[in-house]
Amino acid sequence: MAAPIFALSSGPPPAGVAVIRLSGEGVFDIVRQISGSRRLPPTREARLRTLRRPHDQAPLDQALVLIFPGPNSFTGEDSAELHCHGSPAVVAAVQAALSALGARPAEAGEFTRRAFESGRLDLTQVEALSDLIVAETELQRETALAQAGGRLRDLADSWRDQLIGIMAEIEAQLDFSDEGDVEASNVYAERMRGGPLTRLVDSMEAALHSAPVGERIRHGLTIAVTGPPNAGKSSLINALARRDVAIVTPHAGTTRDVIEVHLDLGGRPAILLDTAGLRETSDPIEAEGIARAIARAESADLVLNLAPGGNVVNRIDETGETPGFHSGRLHLSARTGAGLAELEAWLTEWAEDHIPSGEPPAITTARQQHLIAEALGALKSAQSKADPVLTAEDLRAAAHALGRLSGRIGPEVILGAIFSRFCIGK
Amino acid sequence: MKSHDVIVIGGGHAGCEAACAAARTGARVALVTFAADNIGQMSCNPAIGGLGKGHLVREIDAMDGIMGRAADAAGIQFRLLNRSRGAAVQGPRAQADRKRYAAAVRALVADSGVEIVEAEVTDLLVEDGRCTGVETSIGPLPARAVVLTSGTFLGGVMHIGERQIAGGRVGEAGASRLALRLRALGLPMGRLKTGTPPRLDGRTIDWANLEVQSGDAQPAYFSSLTTHSDVPQVDCYITRTTQQTHDVIRGNIGLSPMYAGRIEGVGPRYCPSIEDKVMRFGDRDGHQIFLEPEGLDDPLIYPNGISTSLPELVQAAIIHSIPGLGACRIAQPGYAVEYDYLDPRALDSTLQLQALPGLWLAGQVNGTTGYEEAAAQGLVAGLNATGRHWVPDRATSYIGVMVDDLVTHGVSEPYRMFTSRAEFRLRLRADNADLRLTPIARQLGCLGTRRSSIFSDRLAAVEQLTTALKDTRVPAAAIPEVKGDGIARSLWEWARFPGVDWTVLQRAAPQLSAEPNVVETVLTDASYAVYLDRQEQEVARVRQDEAVIVPRGTIFRDIPGLSNEMAERLQKAQPETLGQAARVRGVTPAAITALLAWIRKTQLSAA
Repeated sequence: MAAPIFALSSGPPPAGVAVIRLSGEGVFDIVRQISGSRRLPPTREARLRTLRRPHDQAPLDQALVLIFPGPNSFTGEDSAELHCHGSPAVVAAVQAALSALGARPAEAGEFTRRAFESGRLDLTQVEALSDLIVAETELQRETALAQAGGRLRDLADSWRDQLIGIMAEIEAQLDFSDEGDVEASNVYAERMRGGPLTRLVDSMEAALHSAPVGERIRHGLTIAVTGPPNAGKSSLINALARRDVAIVTPHAGTTRDVIEVHLDLGGRPAILLDTAGLRETSDPIEAEGIARAIARAESADLVLNLAPGGNVVNRIDETGETPGFHSGRLHLSARTGAGLAELEAWLTEWAEDHIPSGEPPAITTARQQHLIAEALGALKSAQSKADPVLTAEDLRAAAHALGRLSGRIGPEVILGAIFSRFCIGK
Repeated sequence: MKSHDVIVIGGGHAGCEAACAAARTGARVALVTFAADNIGQMSCNPAIGGLGKGHLVREIDAMDGIMGRAADAAGIQFRLLNRSRGAAVQGPRAQADRKRYAAAVRALVADSGVEIVEAEVTDLLVEDGRCTGVETSIGPLPARAVVLTSGTFLGGVMHIGERQIAGGRVGEAGASRLALRLRALGLPMGRLKTGTPPRLDGRTIDWANLEVQSGDAQPAYFSSLTTHSDVPQVDCYITRTTQQTHDVIRGNIGLSPMYAGRIEGVGPRYCPSIEDKVMRFGDRDGHQIFLEPEGLDDPLIYPNGISTSLPELVQAAIIHSIPGLGACRIAQPGYAVEYDYLDPRALDSTLQLQALPGLWLAGQVNGTTGYEEAAAQGLVAGLNATGRHWVPDRATSYIGVMVDDLVTHGVSEPYRMFTSRAEFRLRLRADNADLRLTPIARQLGCLGTRRSSIFSDRLAAVEQLTTALKDTRVPAAAIPEVKGDGIARSLWEWARFPGVDWTVLQRAAPQLSAEPNVVETVLTDASYAVYLDRQEQEVARVRQDEAVIVPRGTIFRDIPGLSNEMAERLQKAQPETLGQAARVRGVTPAAITALLAWIRKTQLSAA
């Protein structure tokens, strides 16, 4: 076990309760000393204890104390939690006491890294955990939670098992063809290409299909608001976000950068992009803003166009038009709020179309998507090879990519699979 | 007392290869053995080569070693395995006449100028923490370096049913005093077991109804020095165990030392005893047995597939239940051997013992099984013991794969070579072993003149044909075998397409000509070209990691960011490079990152 560390795991004080987490060698001794009791609380059960200053036993706080013996703890090490009162003074005093007892403040991500290094989490779970911590909407939270629980790991494990099985069959063909127990022809290779390999390819393709949805949940749907200068883009965004994020002035060209506003559309995350006024300019800074605006607007999932002939008509308070969706366009007034409810309802419906509810997607990061696509490409190449050595080579490349996703598939694993299913040996 | 450069202990496959390799460099070498008559003995099956193993023999030959030449001289049946599969996994194999093989080895050892000393090695000479020779039953033998190839003789115990006999092979004494000495060094030792089948009297076998297995019409020899053989060629035969065989085994399983718990050593998963096969895999349609002749003028038959340690009477019942063996006489019963091996993680990448510089270990004592694996280690140890430095690498040879596996992972069962162990399998082929290794042999100064000139000719021919194929472009119309896009390509590119062989290429470009072995190598390179190019990048990446040296004596526990488990795994493996550290089983990428950061920091503060 590594040296003991501690960190404030709950939000910054002041708060109702502050949770201080400890992990590492000798953590239980530290708990004994700070709680002034030789008896530790029963495993995973909270007990009320008085925390005391080590050198003079002066009471610091009443706290709930929990212990989690390794290896079945989050980090895989002996761990503990102190739930004390959340005032800055209490938290500072308890942390000072822990330092005096030989623990040190954890570095950023150190608990997670220990969990990863002890094999408690694989890479996909580590990624998901950081997502869980920053999740903004309900669906983001659900997806992150599902993955922290090992959703992609379970899927990757199942792919791994299938791949090991296929590789074992092919490698047995290559390494043990002179043995009685292994089929004497390339029948196995053919059979693999037909059945298990096709099933594996199908399963990975299905998962990759869900990748854009996962990406949308993770990063949010993007909605660009476009239109000529002074069309009221920033006013519309502010009205939707109900707060002042973009500088809204009646003068054209004051919005120079892309401004992002995060929206929650029925649990689905969306990002409103305010584009700088799209017009010719001689100001180099503004020109840069316009170039960026165009690039982002072009890749947005939805464009709200305030230009004449666009899909949104603003300022109906000035023209006297009826709010809501008619004649193929949405009519509203960002200033009075008329038609905003209709816009929100329409956006929410649109968001639900793009991020369907139900089973959360497995793949949520570009890294995962990239590796799975790489593995899939290698498997498809394997399907087309006549030479079993090249089939094996492609399978190995696929295993390498899957291995980088969550764990390794080395030759020893393949040999193990071979020996468990064939009686090999003259 | 005259001093030698290198003393080799043991006259088996590892010992002979080590002694000859050292002698080829010009070193003064003595080979110490119990009995000079036993030099070059094949103690188990009468065959050399096979899948993975054939690759090793070709590599030994490419370093001008002796195993391939001896096997060619003694071969009584040659077969190239995996002929129908890709070139990368084709391995040459030969049935060898035992007496002819041993005679060939003895002649090659004698030719190399190795001095044979018949004595028992009783101890090692150690001065200032270095091995400086050996103590023997006839006095001390000082040397600059010692290569220990003690096989199964260290702490060897034979089991036949309930009988236990000390010793490695039937009728020979075990080197138990030397074992005590090594144990006293406090080295990490373990126990393994291996088995051998009963030997049969071929004159009492009914051959008439057995399936015949013949050799290839065109033999693929091991050595590039061999052009033909005058030794008569013979057939092998195949039979199977029966329901009755399995009943006999199950009825007597309690008498098997392994099942009765008298053997603690771990046996190989890929070469189980017949008891194991029946108990683990059941009846099925019987287990195959290959009846292999031990020699041309020897009636003994080696029944490959039924190694056993059951009592002799039970062995007889088993044999008599097998078709063709109903009246067969057992000439010598099968037995199991348990022996000590040294955890090879205690060795460096040249197979030198880290705890005792000057002492190299090679062969079965390092936890491997097989003649070829032993000989290949002997080659590495013998060359390095002369003071030359050669660390074979994974991207260049199966020898490199094996040595790296051994010193990085250790062994959990007797280690045998398989082609699936080599991640760069497409490069490491039996047909191009000389191109990969002979230049290295030349550089190390262990290449004879005859081999040197043969190699130069072949290298030139391979380069010439490769250039010719790359430089000759032909239109699609010239290659009607390929239904494609109609684009003109070089012959090198056309060779990638299925159905395009040498005949097709020659028809398209009649000026092409080359020896068959040159055509084979070049066309295989051409057909694998896309994959070989990709592997080239991977090799470059690996070499980069291999260039990062982990300082000797690193205490991994002290490296920040390494968990205890990672530190422990690395401490055991004692990796010499970052690449090796990354291959240690169970070590995570995060741990490697932490290790690299620490190495960089240490280098900075040292600079």
